[in-house]
Amino acid sequence: MTATHSISLEVNGERVEALIPPRINLADFLRDHLKLTGTHVGCEHGVCGACTIRVNGEIVRSCLMLAVQANEASVETIEGLSDSGEISDLQAAFRERNALQCGFCTPGMLISAQDLLKAESEPDRERIREHLSGNYCRCTGYQAIVDAVEATARARRGGS
Amino acid sequence: MNKQEGKALSELDRPNSYIGKTVPRPNLDRLLQGRGLYVSDLELPRMTHVVFVRSPHAHAKIVGIDTQAARKMPGVVAVVTGEELSAVITPWVGVLSHLKGLKSAPQRAIAVDRVCWQGEAVVAIVATSRAAAEDAADLVIVDYEELPVVTDMRTALDAGTPVIHASLGDNLAFERVLDAGTVDAAFADADEVAEAEFVFGRHTGVTLEPRSVVADWNAAEARLTIYQGTQAPHMVQNIAALHLGLEEAQVRVICKDVGGSFGIKVHIYADEMATYALSKLLKRPVKFVADRMESFNTDIHARDHRCKGRIGVKRDGIITAFEIDDLTGIGPYSMYPRTSAIEANQVVNLVGGPYTTKNYRARARVVFQNKNVMCQYRAVGHPIACSVTEGLVDLAAAKIGMDPVEIRRRNLVPDDAYPCASASGLRFELLSHHQALNKLLEMMNYDALRAEQASLRKQNIHRGIGIASFIEVTNPSAAFYGVGGAKISSQDGVAVRLDAQGAVVCQTSITEQGQGSESLTAQIVGSVLGVSMEKVRVILGDTDQTPYGGGTWASRGAGIGGEAALQAAKILRKNILDVAAAILQSTPAELDIANNQIVNVGDGAPRIELRELARIVYFRPDTLPPGIQPELMATRHYVPREYPFAFTNGIQASWLEVDTDTGFVKLLKHWVVEDCGTIINPQLVDEQIRGGVVQGLGAALFEKCLYDERGQLTNANMADYLVPMSGEMPDIDIGHVVSPTSESELGAKGAGEAGTAGAAACVANAVNDALAPLGAVITEIPLTPELILTALKRI
Repeated sequence: MTATHSISLEVNGERVEALIPPRINLADFLRDHLKLTGTHVGCEHGVCGACTIRVNGEIVRSCLMLAVQANEASVETIEGLSDSGEISDLQAAFRERNALQCGFCTPGMLISAQDLLKAESEPDRERIREHLSGNYCRCTGYQAIVDAVEATARARRGGS
Repeated sequence: MNKQEGKALSELDRPNSYIGKTVPRPNLDRLLQGRGLYVSDLELPRMTHVVFVRSPHAHAKIVGIDTQAARKMPGVVAVVTGEELSAVITPWVGVLSHLKGLKSAPQRAIAVDRVCWQGEAVVAIVATSRAAAEDAADLVIVDYEELPVVTDMRTALDAGTPVIHASLGDNLAFERVLDAGTVDAAFADADEVAEAEFVFGRHTGVTLEPRSVVADWNAAEARLTIYQGTQAPHMVQNIAALHLGLEEAQVRVICKDVGGSFGIKVHIYADEMATYALSKLLKRPVKFVADRMESFNTDIHARDHRCKGRIGVKRDGIITAFEIDDLTGIGPYSMYPRTSAIEANQVVNLVGGPYTTKNYRARARVVFQNKNVMCQYRAVGHPIACSVTEGLVDLAAAKIGMDPVEIRRRNLVPDDAYPCASASGLRFELLSHHQALNKLLEMMNYDALRAEQASLRKQNIHRGIGIASFIEVTNPSAAFYGVGGAKISSQDGVAVRLDAQGAVVCQTSITEQGQGSESLTAQIVGSVLGVSMEKVRVILGDTDQTPYGGGTWASRGAGIGGEAALQAAKILRKNILDVAAAILQSTPAELDIANNQIVNVGDGAPRIELRELARIVYFRPDTLPPGIQPELMATRHYVPREYPFAFTNGIQASWLEVDTDTGFVKLLKHWVVEDCGTIINPQLVDEQIRGGVVQGLGAALFEKCLYDERGQLTNANMADYLVPMSGEMPDIDIGHVVSPTSESELGAKGAGEAGTAGAAACVANAVNDALAPLGAVITEIPLTPELILTALKRI
C-alpha cells in the first residue's frame, strides 16, 4: 500500500521517471507530481471527462487509471497537444465560436473532439454530439462546441 | 464623444468601436491551452490540505469525538473540532432586515454539539497532503446520537413535527403574503378557473470545478490572503474579516480562473470559513478543494418548491387573477449572507409579471428541514414563477379552448404601456413582450409547426409546442441586499489608465467566471478611448487591485460594471485630449482618438500616437506647458438609482417529442427571444442565453437531488445525478429585441439568467401539449420517464 513503485513513461515527448505510491491515479500524478495542471479533475469517478488525456494515442479518463498503469506508456496532455500545434486549428475554432466559458471542461473537450476528428473526416452534428457526450460542459449548452468541431472538420477537409 | 451627451453609442461607431460587435474574448488561449490558474491548481510554500470529517446523519447530537488515532498519522498537522475552531471564528446568522420576520439560527464553521444535515463538517484534518488527510480522517471516531429528522417540507410546520432549532420556536424561516387588487371578485368574475400544484425538484449547480479555496494567514504581516473562486471578492473580504476579528484591510481576496459558478460560488460556506480560520490558527496556507460527493452534499441546492396556483379567465381569454401558495424547504440554516428567503420572495414578486391583470394574491412560506442548505442559484425564483405562471396560462387556455399564443397576446402587457408596474409592485421601465412574441412566432414558424404537429399525431407521434414569456431581474441596486444590512456592494468601480507605452490598463470590480466580463470591459473601454482592444488589459478579481464593488451575479456585470467602465473611459479620454491639446498647441474639441493615436476631428489626420503622448507625459513632463499636470488614470463608480432593478423580458419556445411507450422526451428545437437592452457582444449574450437555457433544461428533464425519508442524499455523484449532455441537447435559436435602459448611458441590462428563467416552463408546457390528446397533465419537474409513464397510466 505505501511502498512506492518506480515508473518510467513519456509525457508530452519527455521521458519521466518517478517513484510513486501505487494508489496515485494518473490525473493526480500529472497534476501534483508533474504540475501539468491543464488536466482538470471534476468528479474523480470517470463521469465528467474533464481529465481526458491521451495514453498511447487513445483517449482515457486519467482519474480512472492508476499512474503505475502508465508505466512505459506515452502520455499526452493538453499542454503537449498545444505546444505541438496538433490542435491549434481546433483551439482557434473554439476561440472564434466562444465554445468555452469557464474553460474547466475545455482541455478534456478538445482532446475528445480531436479524437473524433482524427478518426472521421465528416462527422455530422449528431455524431459530434454523440462523441462528446462523455464530456460535461455546464456553461455553454454544447451548441458552440459542436459548431467549433464541425467548423474544424470542414476546414480540415479543405472546405471553408 | 463630441459635444453630444446622452445616447452615445452611435457616436462610438468608429474604427475602434467594439460595442455591439462579436469579438473573441481576450486571453482565451490561456484556457484553451490548459494554462489557466484555477484555485485547485494553486500551490503555496508550506501549504497544507484540509479534509473534513462530515456527518453521516441528517440530524444528530455529537456525543463524543475521538481524534487520538488520527493525530498520530504521518503528515497530519492538526485535527481540529468545531469547539477548538470557535476560538478564532465567530458564528453567523443568515438574515436580512428587509425580509421581515426572516429568522435563522447561528451557524458555525464546524458543527458544535449537533449536526443538522448529512454532510455538515464535524472535524477538520489538516495534513501535508490531501491523501494523508483523508487517511487520517478515516480514523476519527465520532459518536452520534441520532435525532428525529425533518425532511418533508409539507409537514415541517405541523404541530407534531420536531422543531430543528428550539430557540426559534418553530420551523418557519420566513413567510410573505401579498394581496393586490380585488382577487376574490376577479375569480368570481371569471368564466373559468384553473388550478394546479406545481412541484419543482431540488437541484444544484454542479460547477465542473468544485468549490476551492486556499487561505494564507501570514502572521508576520497580520494579513490573510484568500484565493477563492468567488463571484464576489469584496463580500468575502468583508465576511472573513468580520468573523475572524480582522479589519477588512487585513484580508485580501484573489480570484483567478473559476471553473463554473452559476450562483453556487456567491455564498459563504461553512467549510470555506473553516479553511480561513484554520490558516489563522495554524499560521500557514491551508487548501480546501471539495470532492464531488462533498459538492453534492454541501454546495447550495436550489428550487425545491411546491406551489399551488390558481388562475381566473374570461371566455375572451382575458386573465382576471392569479393566486399562488408557495412552500419551500431550505435546509437547517438560512444561507449567509444573502439568505435563503430570496428565492421564495422572488417567486411572490414575479408570478404573473408579464401580464396585465392587477389582481394577484400570494403566500410564500420558507421552512427549515434537515437537508443541505438551499440558496440562490442562477435565475433565483424565476424558473418557479415562470413555470407556475406559464403553466397556469396554458391551463386557462385549455379551459376556454384558446390557442396558447392567442391567450398570451391578449394578456401580455402592451409594448406602449411603459413605464408601468406589476401587480406585485415591480416597476418596469421599458419591456417588449409583444415584439418578442411576434419575433418568436416568426423564428419558429409557429403555424407550420402546428400543422406538422397535427399531421404527426395522426401517425401516433406525440410532439408538443410549449411557450413561456418571462421577465428577469437584472442590474440590482441596493434594494437587493444593501437595504437589508448585508455588506454586499451594489455599485461597481472601474479604474482606467494609459500606461507608459500607450496601452490601457483597466481594473474593474466585476468578476469573471467565463461570462465575458473581461471582454465587455475591454470592448467598452477600447471603444470609448479609440484604442484597439488588444491594447486594453483588464484586471479583475483582486480586492487589493480593483476598485470596490459587488462582483458578477444577478445579471449585473455588463449593466453596472459596463457603465462604470464607460464613464471611467470617458474621463480618461478627456484627460488624454487635454494633454494632447497642450502638446499639439490645439484644443481638445479639435482632436479625437482613433486607432491608438490622436487625430484631427476634421480630417482624421494623425497627429500623435498615444505611445508618444504617454512617453512625453511620463518621461518628459518638463516639455509640457507650465501648469499642466496630466492625469492619465481615471476612476468611476456606478449604481442604478432610479429603478431598483432593470427588468428585462423574453420568451422561449420548445418543440419536443414524447415517446409514450418509454416516457422519454426528445428535445428537437428551442427558441429564445430576449430583450436585454444594449448588446455589447452579440455572441457572448447568445452564449450566456444558450448556457442558461441548458441549465433550465436540466431542471426540466434530469436534475434532482434525491433524499430519502432519513434525510440521506442518495444520488450524490455524477453517475446518478443527471445533467444535460451534448447528445440530449437541441440547437437553440436566439433572437433579440433591443430596449436599452435610459438609466445608464450604455443602456445595457443583464442577460445571464434569462435562459434559465423560462426553459423549464416551456418544456413542461410542450410536454403537456404533446400529451393533451391522451388526457394527461403533468405539473412537476424533472419530467422523468417514470413521471410521464405514471401520468399516462402506463405504470
